[in-house]
Amino acid sequence: MNLLAQQLVNGLFIGSVYGLFAVGYTLVFGVLDILNLAHAAVFTLGGLSAVWLVQAAGMSIWLAFPLATLLAGGLGLLINAAAFAPLRRRADSQFSGLISSIAMAIIFDAAALGLFGARSVRFPPGTVKVHVWQIAGVTITSLQVGIVLVATLLMLILTLFLQRSRTGKAIRTVAENERAAMLLGVNVSGIIAFTFFISSALGGAAGVLYGLYFDSLAPDMGRAIELKGLAVIILGGMGSIPGAILGGLAFGLSEVLTVAVSGTSNLRDAVAFTVLFAILLLRPSGLLGRGKLREA
Amino acid sequence: MLEVHDLTVSYGPIEAVREVSFRVEAGAVVSLVGPNGAGKTTALNAVSGVIPARRGRILFEGRDITRMSPHQRVSEGIVQIPEGRLVLAGMTVRENLEMGAYRRPRPEIAASIDRMEARFPILRERSGALAGTLSGGEQQMLAIARGLMAKPRLLLLDEPSLGLAPLIVRLIFEIIRELQAGGQTILLVEQNARQALAVSSHAYVMENGKVVLEGPAESLTSDPAVISSYLGQAISSPT
Repeated sequence: MNLLAQQLVNGLFIGSVYGLFAVGYTLVFGVLDILNLAHAAVFTLGGLSAVWLVQAAGMSIWLAFPLATLLAGGLGLLINAAAFAPLRRRADSQFSGLISSIAMAIIFDAAALGLFGARSVRFPPGTVKVHVWQIAGVTITSLQVGIVLVATLLMLILTLFLQRSRTGKAIRTVAENERAAMLLGVNVSGIIAFTFFISSALGGAAGVLYGLYFDSLAPDMGRAIELKGLAVIILGGMGSIPGAILGGLAFGLSEVLTVAVSGTSNLRDAVAFTVLFAILLLRPSGLLGRGKLREA
Repeated sequence: MLEVHDLTVSYGPIEAVREVSFRVEAGAVVSLVGPNGAGKTTALNAVSGVIPARRGRILFEGRDITRMSPHQRVSEGIVQIPEGRLVLAGMTVRENLEMGAYRRPRPEIAASIDRMEARFPILRERSGALAGTLSGGEQQMLAIARGLMAKPRLLLLDEPSLGLAPLIVRLIFEIIRELQAGGQTILLVEQNARQALAVSSHAYVMENGKVVLEGPAESLTSDPAVISSYLGQAISSPT
């Protein structure tokens, strides 16, 4: 029973990181109907640059985390300017954008390898002071709690920002209808660039949290989360922010529960993706999908 | 207020509007009429800036705005209420109105929404509802109110009566008359030529991307060529 409770708690922690990663992923999709396949590479660079800031530049994690997040946001601007904006007028921009974002991912991965080396790295010991609590036989660390809090806070801020702020409403307007947005006086290309900034900043933040959680970062760490992130946003409903949060948690929980039940981690990914198929059979538009079917 | 000189707009190799010129004086209601595919909407979209002009010049209050971006034109006061309404279906009625005032200073917005809701009570009633749940007529009211929220100096109205029930069409032309009485400058695109001419002071008839006829609305209404092509027989009956 304790093992199960422990795994549920662990699922919550890792699920919140998946959710944060997926929220950024789904944001761009919701606004532009395109997938930015360089999102995982931004996740990697965000995490690795935070390690560099702490280790080589001697910064506190409290400064390195926001800086790495902003840096990742800057990469988002670069992705938009290089991979998506030039193709926007093309009739096949969804497909060509997908391909050029893969190219950006390859460039970023190579940059990560060149800048930070091929070996896996970790935050220096003592980067975050860790307290360990035992509650009813379940072990929880202050680091884990901090990760969930930060991830939840960022997702909450994003949700409020989109619901309440003027710019957030402009983002939703562009998502609804680009032409209407233009006629209402929204600077559409500016809003799109800003959307990429937020999306990638969240992806980078997820990378830092992921690195802190597993205490290990490598240039190929994006691989592990790339498909999961995609699965999470499909699970939650493409373009839905609450769906991505919920999907992240569901995905994290199904992973750890598989380990708890089967006693081995071999089946972890297989079961998690099977859950994806099962949910899509029952709800083709995802957990919180808008139920809108694309016209062919 | 608006002067369009020799405007040519093309989609790829196809010229949808060819060397068209028209002007709208301050306070006037001017209409572009003509059959489907004549290039009326394209001309309007070139004035809004959502389609670039291939050749020609667009002047607003004497300034050349031909290369100005669409959102800057909204700031200048050129506001289009598009064909098909384009309400933001997944956002609430109130959010739609707020977005109408996107380019205006924030402190003025709440009072403007109040005024708009007083003029269109249905929008107050449905304030929190998603715009996509409104009926077609209600959506057209919302689209008009949203356009007016921008405080247009020049209002571009694209096919406001398209696809709506006769009762709603009458309502919409009443609104246009009311705006006109308030001094609003309007450029109106309509296939419903009879109704359009009835509210306009001046009109341009377009066909195949060109202006083929122009003049005061009254004289066009009595022009035999216009009657036979665009107004049908019923013009002889009093309106």
